[in-house]
Amino acid sequence: MPTRPEKVYFFGTCLIDLCFPQAGMAGMELLQREGIQVVYPQKQSCCGQPAYNSGFPDEARTVARQQIKAFAKDYPIIIPSGSCGGMLRHHYPKLFADQPEAAEAQRFASRVFELNEFLVTVLDLKLEDRGQPIKVTWHSSCSALREMKVIDHAKSLLRQLKNVELIELQRERECCGFGGSFSVKQADISSAMVVDKVADIEQTGAAVVLSGDYGCLMHIGGALKHRNSPIPAKHVAEFLLERTQ
Amino acid sequence: MTETVVDFPKNFKKALGDGQLRHNLRAAMDTLGMRRRTLFSDLDVFEKLRERGDAIRQRALRQLPELLERLEQKCTENGMQVHWAETPAEANAICLEIIQKHNATRVIKGKSMVSEEMHLNHFLDERGIEALETDLGEYIIQLDHETPSHIIVPAIHKNRDQIAQLFHDKIPNTPYTEVVEELNAIARQVLREKFFAGEVGVSGVNFAVAETGTLCLVENEGNGRMCTTAPPVHIAIMGIEKVLERLEDVPPLLRLLTGSATGQLITTYFNMISSPRKPGEKDGPKEVHLVLLDNGRSKIWADPELRHTLKCIRCGTCLNHCPVYTRLGGHAYGYVYPGPIGSILTPQIEGLKNAGAMATASTFCGACEEVCPVKIPITDILRRLRTESYDQDETPNSVKDHGHKLNATESLTWKGWAFSNATPWFNALNAKLLGLAGPLLPKLPAVGIVKKWSQSRALPTFAAKSLHVLAKEKGIRDE
Repeated sequence: MPTRPEKVYFFGTCLIDLCFPQAGMAGMELLQREGIQVVYPQKQSCCGQPAYNSGFPDEARTVARQQIKAFAKDYPIIIPSGSCGGMLRHHYPKLFADQPEAAEAQRFASRVFELNEFLVTVLDLKLEDRGQPIKVTWHSSCSALREMKVIDHAKSLLRQLKNVELIELQRERECCGFGGSFSVKQADISSAMVVDKVADIEQTGAAVVLSGDYGCLMHIGGALKHRNSPIPAKHVAEFLLERTQ
Repeated sequence: MTETVVDFPKNFKKALGDGQLRHNLRAAMDTLGMRRRTLFSDLDVFEKLRERGDAIRQRALRQLPELLERLEQKCTENGMQVHWAETPAEANAICLEIIQKHNATRVIKGKSMVSEEMHLNHFLDERGIEALETDLGEYIIQLDHETPSHIIVPAIHKNRDQIAQLFHDKIPNTPYTEVVEELNAIARQVLREKFFAGEVGVSGVNFAVAETGTLCLVENEGNGRMCTTAPPVHIAIMGIEKVLERLEDVPPLLRLLTGSATGQLITTYFNMISSPRKPGEKDGPKEVHLVLLDNGRSKIWADPELRHTLKCIRCGTCLNHCPVYTRLGGHAYGYVYPGPIGSILTPQIEGLKNAGAMATASTFCGACEEVCPVKIPITDILRRLRTESYDQDETPNSVKDHGHKLNATESLTWKGWAFSNATPWFNALNAKLLGLAGPLLPKLPAVGIVKKWSQSRALPTFAAKSLHVLAKEKGIRDE
């Protein structure tokens, strides 16, 4: 297990920053509760992925440089998203491969941890459930599953909660159809995918769907709301904090 | 190649609205995926095997020009005749010449995706030559005047009932039956006679071994063997990328191919064709021709990143695992190669203007890369194609029609986005304004992307206070 740092950076991600800040606050509180000093650089913004995946790498680099600057010190960078985490860890080195910042981007990438990954592999977090019995289901974002490979960590945290019954989706490994701009550029395909995902969620009988990525949660939560489903879509950090307060 | 312009949005909508198609595809892809998982159940073993497959394909592609020359030399020594075609039109002309030289009008075909690239059947049909597909799936779609919807299982979009009806309608004196064995028997009876009557056999090639001049053909029905042995003339067609350096390269790739495609340890038939009939032999074709088609592959090969596209062994497993393909099927893509591999290969061959939209039909979920037996970086190549769609800088390896999508609206939008996200004070102001506007969002008129999002999803709202503001209020350090 890597050594426990005194201080960490928190990368909030633009989506959480603008639309779902409660998830970011919950993530930071989970870290602080374990005695870790959290630093939130006010000069941070977006990881750059929207432009990178849409065919605008120069613009993505402009934004990525700002993040490398904002997170300049040698602290681990904790990020409550597999997707943005994958951008920082796996794509920054590619984005800067033939740029003067190549080595810097590599070092930056090596400091990145997805939140659940950090809580389990570095902090060895122990949780005590204080909530009422509840059934939950879990959505694996594709990047958390395939790029960051952190799904087992997130689930291991949920399984520590004695009153929480985790009911897995039938097609857990299938994409929800968000895909950033794909959700509007290919809105018909995206809709067909999320309709299937929501049906899978509903058949579990769970009271809430959890995930570690707000891109998917915004998409799935929006689809659930669209069909007046009572099931909320919630970030796992918020859920873990609620259950253990 | 002449292609009509594909109307992707219309095709996609039509496919998504076809409940029967969606049902057939889902059931079939689930079965294929499950079979594959059963065979490659040990992930570590699979990873080692595919690393080997990747290495073999990369080694072959590194030496592609030399290996092709060696293949030609060895095949010629073995008594085959080798032909080179740069375009599908040239390949068609070569086939036609061979067929006409033998005064043949009846061609029997084994499954070949390269022949689909050439639209060979249509080309021959226009010249009064019957080209009959003998692979069961191909036979079914040919009866219905369709093209393959999948590169391995071409009639996968049809279910048993639809095939039963098709046979009843199209094959004279055929009673309606939904019994699979009876349907098989009907096709077998028709095809058996055609095999006897075939004057020229056409097949694809799965691997061609440069070391020995051997053409390998993988199949399950024995029709490939019939097409390559029964008629007096055999024409094998292959893309130039299918060459391997050594005979010992075949077993690992064969294992990866059959396991990935259909979850089989080995197919029912595996043919290794090394020469025409030799003196004293009683069977086999008297002539074997090998047609090597480029069709844009050399250009792909020249670029070190795009070259990975050519590692493909056409197993089709990326289609089986693609959440987009599973919902659309192959026809909606409008070109010969659908799904993830089609979405990286087709725009490179046909150009970004006609086929670049295929690269946008992906969420970058990575399910294809996870199962690809030769580790093609599909999402990286899709991203490259998206980038090239806007990139006007001309390099020797630029993809055809690069920069065609460049427009002021998108360029300015991304420039503004980049400025905001790289300028902290501006970004903070932006967040504040969005927070103020947040509650109004759901009341926006549904146009443009708002409309597209809202068709199946409620809109999110901007938070009154951003995480930046909340963190500051909570006294979280900023350094």
